[in-house]
Amino acid sequence: MRLRTKVAYGFLAPYLAIFAVFWCWPILYSFYLSFMSTRRAPWSFNPGMTWGRVVQDPAYWNALENTLTILVIQVPVMLTLATLLAVFLNSPLLRARGLMRFAFFAPVVIGEAAYAAVFRLMFNAEFGIVNKMFESVGLPALNWFGDPDAAMAVIIVAVTWRWVGYNAIIILSGLQSIPEDVYEAATLDRVTPRQQFFHITLPLLRPIILFCLVLSVIGSMQMFVEPYLITNQGGPGGGTETLGLYLYRQGFLNLNFGYASAIAYTIAMLAVAIAALNLWLGRDRT
Amino acid sequence: MTSRSKTLRLRALALHAVLVPLALLWLLPIWMMLVFATMGDEAIFSPRIELIPSDQFLENFRKLQADLDFVRTIFVSVVVASVYTVLSMALTSMAGWALARYRFHGRGAVIAIILGTMTLPYFVVVIPQFIMVARDFGLSDTWVALIVPPLFNSLGVLFMRQAFSMMPADLFDAARVEGVSEWRIFFYVALPLARPTLAALGIILFLHSWNNYLWPLLIANDPAMMTAPVALGSLIGITEVSWGGIMVGAVLLTTPMLAVFVFLQRYFMSGITAGAIK
Repeated sequence: MRLRTKVAYGFLAPYLAIFAVFWCWPILYSFYLSFMSTRRAPWSFNPGMTWGRVVQDPAYWNALENTLTILVIQVPVMLTLATLLAVFLNSPLLRARGLMRFAFFAPVVIGEAAYAAVFRLMFNAEFGIVNKMFESVGLPALNWFGDPDAAMAVIIVAVTWRWVGYNAIIILSGLQSIPEDVYEAATLDRVTPRQQFFHITLPLLRPIILFCLVLSVIGSMQMFVEPYLITNQGGPGGGTETLGLYLYRQGFLNLNFGYASAIAYTIAMLAVAIAALNLWLGRDRT
Repeated sequence: MTSRSKTLRLRALALHAVLVPLALLWLLPIWMMLVFATMGDEAIFSPRIELIPSDQFLENFRKLQADLDFVRTIFVSVVVASVYTVLSMALTSMAGWALARYRFHGRGAVIAIILGTMTLPYFVVVIPQFIMVARDFGLSDTWVALIVPPLFNSLGVLFMRQAFSMMPADLFDAARVEGVSEWRIFFYVALPLARPTLAALGIILFLHSWNNYLWPLLIANDPAMMTAPVALGSLIGITEVSWGGIMVGAVLLTTPMLAVFVFLQRYFMSGITAGAIK
């Protein structure tokens, strides 16, 4: 028996070694850093310069507000769309299944750097295809990257474009695990498709949608590449600066590791709080 | 025509009326990527709507190579993603095996840690990772720095653990009776049986590494050690740059992954859904 334990630790050792060095230690170390003023060597204990600063830093609150705005709009829009997509794609009436799969799921494999470049060109105020299409149907052209709200909209559209298929895949797999005879029985009882969706499909999908919700929330809290690359480093004038981007700026451009660590822990606390809230809302009410 | 088949027909029509335009809209950015990559910069900036690819792809590629050595960055990306994938598959399948097949002290704690890190924002670890790797170890612009720190991942372990725990115990016990060592059982019995799961995991890990942006951005500043996404990102925002060239870069980054997606869809999908189903 003891030999077995030894073997088990042997199999786990390399993985745990990586965990210890690159995760466990950093988690503790950044907590320590979040109390240190790192602006000047030697670093000194000064929580006022980190945690104290977070409380009063208007740039931090701006980034927090932007992050929450994106989160509150983008995540529900995306998950609603993903759920509908999954239901539609699961329909036996659907033709051109291959094209549909490709269209909605291909963005999942496209990296941020590549799609950021395309979205910048498509939403360009002067020659972007989006404005040209707007004008051709009589809508006003928008200065997408010059106006904070419009820039925010670009980020929301971009993130939704990239991640909706990912969530739809997960929800689709949930749909396919619902036994067919549930629907057969409902159809025999003359339950309309709409009622089936709201009274059978949605309740049964709830745990899987919650899983997507938690993942999406955590992802949104950490958003960095989109405002960095698509809206030109959080522009215009900080209008799309997110917590992730602000942390990057403080930590890696200003090399203010202490303050950046404090910001990182606020993101962690928020993510945990929101995830806990989600789980609490989604608990079984039996 | 019966009324039932009529409603079905109408329903099918409505379904396609919604989905087809939406699908085309979703394809538009990918299509535009291709169109832009084949157009000269004058055409990209022209006031007309251009939806048809042109013939400037090679010219744009030449411009991209002139702005930066993109071929080199693709090489770096391929090496990093390949080595990363192999190492990560080895680490996570070994750990998954231990967690699935042995009862030992601390097993619950290890599983709790793995699940816990899934919800932990990466920003909490990236600052010390950077300080440690760049300053303390002095490893900026090295292969080790690009490959090793991202190796820890929770998904792979859970995924492999699931695969191993579903295999029948008799199989391994039979081998044990024969006196086969635990390591040989793992390598010669369990791993080959887990091949489909490994394939799915490998695709997902490769994709993660291939598209990874923040860590390589921090740790590789030497153009010779830049990964392709970081190099491409560095061009965005510079004014005197060829957009056609950037789009060629985007196409080159994207096409291999799209091909993987098309040809290995089954593995790809199961890799994504594995995290959701417990």
